[in-house]
Amino acid sequence: MMALCGLGVLGQAVGLNGRLAATEAVVTGGMLDLIPAFDWQKVVVAPWTVDIGLYGWMMLMAFLVTTACGLIGNYLLLRRLALVGDAISHSVLPGLVAGFLIFGSLGIGPMLVGAVLAGVLTTVLIELIHSHSRVKADAAIGITFCSLFALGVLLINVYAGQVHLDAECVLYGELSHVPWAEQVTVLGVSMPLPVLVMGVATGIVALLTGLFYKELLISSFDAGLAAAFGFRPRVIHYTLMAMLSLVVVAAFESVGAILVIAMLILPGATAQLLSTRLPVCFGLSVAHAALSSVLGVHLGLWLGCSLAAAVVVAGTGLFGLAWGVSLMGRRRVEIESGSA
Amino acid sequence: MTNNEMPPALELHDVSVSYHKKPVLYGVDMALPAGSLAGLIGPNGAGKSTLIKAAMGLLPVHSGWVKFFGEPLEGVRKRVGYVPQREEVDWDFPVSVMDVVLMGRYGHLGWLRRPGKADRRVAEESLEKVGMLPFRDRQISNLSGGQQQRVFLARALAQDSDLYLMDEPFAGVDAATEKAIITLLKEWREKGKTILVVHHDLTTARDYYDRLVLLNMRVVASGPTADVFTMELLQKTYGGRLTILSDVAAEAQRAEDGVKI
Repeated sequence: MMALCGLGVLGQAVGLNGRLAATEAVVTGGMLDLIPAFDWQKVVVAPWTVDIGLYGWMMLMAFLVTTACGLIGNYLLLRRLALVGDAISHSVLPGLVAGFLIFGSLGIGPMLVGAVLAGVLTTVLIELIHSHSRVKADAAIGITFCSLFALGVLLINVYAGQVHLDAECVLYGELSHVPWAEQVTVLGVSMPLPVLVMGVATGIVALLTGLFYKELLISSFDAGLAAAFGFRPRVIHYTLMAMLSLVVVAAFESVGAILVIAMLILPGATAQLLSTRLPVCFGLSVAHAALSSVLGVHLGLWLGCSLAAAVVVAGTGLFGLAWGVSLMGRRRVEIESGSA
Repeated sequence: MTNNEMPPALELHDVSVSYHKKPVLYGVDMALPAGSLAGLIGPNGAGKSTLIKAAMGLLPVHSGWVKFFGEPLEGVRKRVGYVPQREEVDWDFPVSVMDVVLMGRYGHLGWLRRPGKADRRVAEESLEKVGMLPFRDRQISNLSGGQQQRVFLARALAQDSDLYLMDEPFAGVDAATEKAIITLLKEWREKGKTILVVHHDLTTARDYYDRLVLLNMRVVASGPTADVFTMELLQKTYGGRLTILSDVAAEAQRAEDGVKI
């Protein structure tokens, strides 16, 4: 992770760029075709056979990102903090730049330290503004993350010569670059560094949400009782926010600051539509993560668009499906109770 | 109290609390002898919930101190149960009735330990006691207000504390639930537990509690119900607003004159 997105250039025009080889092959049908022809072999078969070495990593990376985000996202939704997730994903940017300027490198260590500090600072600032003025919580969130994000952009511009941060990549990420990142060998398996980093981050999230299930549950449901028991809900809150920052940074390179928000909210929202049991919600979130990653990569390949965006679109499709199912379920309950 | 050696179950000394620089409570002094069932009454905005939250350390206290059984809260957390207002939690939360009652055991479990068979048994017994065992696997949003309050009560029961601070357990519940709750509270008192209840309804306060704390930003009076439930003190607590409750006022007056109702 020497520089985000490898050869990124600052100030590039913002836009979706299909950099995949598939794009050129598919567009042969004619310039007027808005929807590319569906090439079964290329879109569905190849990623699982000849190109598994490339697309396998992309799907795995997408799965790791959406799983980590989904697990934390469930708690964000239950704590009415969905917008705080939004805020933190933006405000880690100045943390990254500050980490670079202080430690003088873009290694994973300084980036994570910078981002976690920025994430916790965001939460503290939101609460400070909210509790020491008449500004309401939603406005406090808006003020905090806009200011910090702007500060990040400013820092990048001022120190453009020294920081190799690609602004576009920070916003949108580039999942298709993952297989070409620096390779590392772990337990005899050679893998791209971002996958390893994300794997560790996802592992930590899964471990902590598993270990502290009881503490997270009670502090989310009834913070007063949790505090009365001595569980320190504020410490739990800030730890959750630090974990969120960690995940956002680890996911930055592949999905960017904007799309990561969707991944924080979609799996949990979909799961909580379908189940009223928290452990089941976690299982459904992971299933949502796996399905949207695989479907998203295929969709992106077909349309030749940003893979991260395609994963989000696939996830939104699954959410829509779950919504339909839950509406039908509710109607059935109404009909049954009406006839009874 | 016959046993003067025993420290009060709850003691507040000179406790002051403010919200956004506006004082809500000042100089609150009160002591609750162990084994009493006490009502905390006062008009809206008198700081009743604030007093309970401040005592539990959920709100910053400007001055003064709070002691439970003669000790600071930290040392006796397991002996103190807190029952928040029903509206303070999200009843759409994806948990079952059983999950909520099991939370009552978390204080005894401490960090990392999961509830085991014994905890489940305690939770089931608690649900049985409040008549909610058949609902154990229900999602909590499918409950009526009264049922929700019974679940909270079962959770408090599962905490197995010596002192309970309850924030408006009678708010928005049906008559049957109200009766079930007060029966249970009286049963707790028989077992030597101490209970302080934030209470709104003056018409029932005298029947329910053996002690009363009259609060309006400061403690107006605190003591056995017979001594405290007087026209003069209620007038002092509620100010002009008591005239609305003329029935209660008349009743208090009669009680003072020694008329049995």
